Amino acid sequence: MALRLVSLAVLIAAWSIGSHFAGPRLLPEPQAVGLAIIAEARSGALAFNLGVTLARVVASFLIAMALGTALGLLMGRYRNVDRLGDPWLVALLNLPALVIIVLAYIWAGLTESAAIAAVALNKLPIATVMVREGARSLDAGLDDMARVFRMGAWVRLRHVVFPQLAPYLAAAARSGLSLVWKIVLIVELLGRPNGVGFEIGIAFQLFDVTRLLAYAFAFVAVMLVIETFLVQPLERHVSRWRPKTS
Amino acid sequence: MSPAGVPRPPEAGRLEVCIKQKFFRAASGDNLHVLGELNFTLANGEVAALVGPSGCGKTTLLRIIAGLDRDFQGGVRLPEHCRLGMVFQEPRLLPWRSVEANVRLAAPHATDAALDTLFETLGLAAHRGHYPGELSLGLARRVALARAFAVEPDLLVLDEPFVSLDAALAERLRFELVELVTRRPVTTLLVTHDVEEAIGLADRLLVMSASPARVVSEVPIARPRAAHSAEEIAAIRNKIAPSLGVKVV
Repeated sequence: MALRLVSLAVLIAAWSIGSHFAGPRLLPEPQAVGLAIIAEARSGALAFNLGVTLARVVASFLIAMALGTALGLLMGRYRNVDRLGDPWLVALLNLPALVIIVLAYIWAGLTESAAIAAVALNKLPIATVMVREGARSLDAGLDDMARVFRMGAWVRLRHVVFPQLAPYLAAAARSGLSLVWKIVLIVELLGRPNGVGFEIGIAFQLFDVTRLLAYAFAFVAVMLVIETFLVQPLERHVSRWRPKTS
Repeated sequence: MSPAGVPRPPEAGRLEVCIKQKFFRAASGDNLHVLGELNFTLANGEVAALVGPSGCGKTTLLRIIAGLDRDFQGGVRLPEHCRLGMVFQEPRLLPWRSVEANVRLAAPHATDAALDTLFETLGLAAHRGHYPGELSLGLARRVALARAFAVEPDLLVLDEPFVSLDAALAERLRFELVELVTRRPVTTLLVTHDVEEAIGLADRLLVMSASPARVVSEVPIARPRAAHSAEEIAAIRNKIAPSLGVKVV
């Protein structure tokens, strides 16, 4: 903990020194950015924009994870589904995020659903590939056991399959969350009238680096909170049965 | 599902196996002839032990009976609505569920009282809340036995359940198994390569040949689950030794 604080202090000091050389227009003082965050928070704009962006992150993340898990499971378990889906997956994996976003906006208009679909579509192939890897390594012995004891489909999924997929789902969720929020900002910059990405776009046009950094840091802080209080406790919960390694 | 206490009709636990042949496609592409013509019947409540040389297809046969392998010629007749309890060679417990949850997931209809008795009999009362990773192999095998019994099976299938345990522990678990099948008779098919174990547990030995496996002889045990003298065991051993391809000593 002490080391983390030292590291943070060094970062802020370096930023201060950098700002001194670059000038406040290119790199404002940490203090100025802090004041900008407070000002935005007071006006209510910060909470609104963070909330809007967060809602988009959550929606597209959940859609991508749900579809990716279902697809990955099917592709990992059934060879024919894998053969059918694999070329699509490779195409989608290699399509630049920007292309998907622009096409989504052209085909579906500058709408909320186009924005969320574009982000989800960017994240989907990665989640699918990770879950497919997990589905391929499912233990056939446990599957036989579940069949012999006539466990129902839901019991098998919840108690036999998902616990085995947990590490793959956790990895997909981790990498997915950080990817999704970055893409959400681009989607907002290109075609939404609000959100952190939109504010950063405005700051770019006005050459307002203070405002840009204020929004960026506020949002990183929100994601850190989610990571610490949601993702990590969840990971601890699903791995509670593993013997503790010291 | 019959309510507890009502005696089941005698045909409820009858197992008929009538296999013509079974091939196994190896990864190399070879087609191995694992099982030849295999016919036998187990009466309700009968305990039969399958003994045979290692690699003769005993586990394959159990998988067919359990309905895990349908790629064979012939038929297996289980009673209708047959509840199956199986103990695999490895315990096959869900590592992320406690001992009790493992048993309850397989046997959702088991009553608390029945589980209490079962855990008590198998010496698992203190381990109900533990995860399988925290158990020794012997304990894990007992949980697998508890799970198979908790479903109150009509047919119990055991695939070398006591292999790779030390002699004293295996002896204790055999004793516990005898106690369980005495308390609630259940048609049982046990695979083992330990002839003495087979004699100690079964009503009848089914001796299998090397693959393609057939039943080459059936040896009824005169006093099942009673103590046998060394001479009795030696006599049965000598009787089945030629089928197992073992030299008589």
